Amino acid sequence: MIRHLLSAADLDADTATLILDTAAEMATVAGREVKKLPALRGRTVVNLFYEDSTRTRISFEAAAKRLSADVINFSAKGSSVAKGESLKDTALTLQAMGADAVVVRHPASGAPHRLADWVDGSVVNAGDGTHEHPTQALLDAYTMRSRLGRLAGLSVAIVGDVLHSRVARSNVLLLSTLGAKVTLVGPPTLIPVDIPAALAPGTQVSYDLDAVLPDADVVMMLRVQRERMGDSYFPSAREYARRYGLDAPRMRRLAEHAIVMHPGPMNRGMEISPEVADSPRSTIVEQVTNGVSVRMAVLYLLLGGK
Amino acid sequence: MAYPQAAQPPVPSGTADQVAQPPSVKVILTSADVQRVVDRIAHQILEKTQGAADTVLLGIPTRGAPLARRLADRINAFETVDVPVGVLDITLYRDDLRRHATRKVGPTQVPPGGIDGKRIVLVDDVLFSGRTIRAALDALSDLGRPSSVQLAVLVDRGHRQLPIRADYVGKNIPTALSENVRVTLAETDGLDEVRLFGGINQ
Repeated sequence: MIRHLLSAADLDADTATLILDTAAEMATVAGREVKKLPALRGRTVVNLFYEDSTRTRISFEAAAKRLSADVINFSAKGSSVAKGESLKDTALTLQAMGADAVVVRHPASGAPHRLADWVDGSVVNAGDGTHEHPTQALLDAYTMRSRLGRLAGLSVAIVGDVLHSRVARSNVLLLSTLGAKVTLVGPPTLIPVDIPAALAPGTQVSYDLDAVLPDADVVMMLRVQRERMGDSYFPSAREYARRYGLDAPRMRRLAEHAIVMHPGPMNRGMEISPEVADSPRSTIVEQVTNGVSVRMAVLYLLLGGK
Repeated sequence: MAYPQAAQPPVPSGTADQVAQPPSVKVILTSADVQRVVDRIAHQILEKTQGAADTVLLGIPTRGAPLARRLADRINAFETVDVPVGVLDITLYRDDLRRHATRKVGPTQVPPGGIDGKRIVLVDDVLFSGRTIRAALDALSDLGRPSSVQLAVLVDRGHRQLPIRADYVGKNIPTALSENVRVTLAETDGLDEVRLFGGINQ
């Protein structure tokens, strides 16, 4: 087993499948009388969050607690970081406290990789800049596999701001490892031209959502980050919604079995309309539930052994 | 599998002045013996539980799971009672998780009726230190509250490290710690057999 989870590219098909299989066993714990396992008793997991995040931090916290680990939450706001402490000094502090794993979210791409050089424990990337978010990709793969029964050969459309999306990057890497066919869809300004070559050779690019929908098994809508809207990547929010938003008429173009995913938080009415978000095709709530199981599997596989 | 492992048979040293002795292997139970033993335990369960009402068999992977299945089949053949069968994976409850590389988690399958208020019979292949059963008892209490818990094993080889005993024993095999008991079953290994690997030649 790997020591850190920094990138979805760290996972070969066997390791990724092991994580998904382990997550399936972890999921059964949620239905039990005692929703706790003793596997990580006495281990310390630090959540080191330099960016605001509700669902990812809570998800990691729930996962660690269900495995009986001790959880320390460290957010940059109101901490020594606000007083100017560097990432390295914070890392050494955590090291001195005996953290067995550090779950890190950071606005700078590559911060978790640097951190991995400074601490003895395992580092889990919980999102770094516009780079990667591997556990999100794992929970997305888990959700697809549990809804559609397989990953190999699935046709997955990832729609929206691919340029700034760490979710998209990790998904392209993981899904291609697991044999799914990925098509990136969005306005040309938001899809890097060299992305198939840089990430996974089989990746397709399309600028026409309507053309992609009929053949897709999975449509993954990315959040349009509000802070990007003023940067003239597209003329207006309304035009974006018209061309790349998933609404009810577009949803009807999908195959019977196709599912709609969103990593959250959603902009209802922007990239996804409320009818779609609340439809039975939508897996948005399941993704949150599955996130806890997948993160339990990751923490167990990183920390459970010697 | 019982754990911790007994000492491995000493590896032949290979030095010139010492004659390397191959570890001895002795068949303790043949295929026919294993079937007779399973039949007997099935009868004993029926006898001791007055017809196996409200009883659930839970096999501990790897080889306890097919054994539990077989016991249920034999109980059904003798008295046409359907005893629910499940699988109880104890990986996450082991007390030696940190001493080994990360172990793969197996499936736990609780029968639809659950285990609350039921008489649980845990089924395993070899009873050794008792630590597997300790872990199983912990796992069980997280799944619900059985009215009672019993233990059936194919082989009891002694050397308990915890105050645990079996209610149903296929065969007691006195062993030395340096010896190894290996159970193979048709479902998992292609052949029913119990063999004793000796550390020292008899």
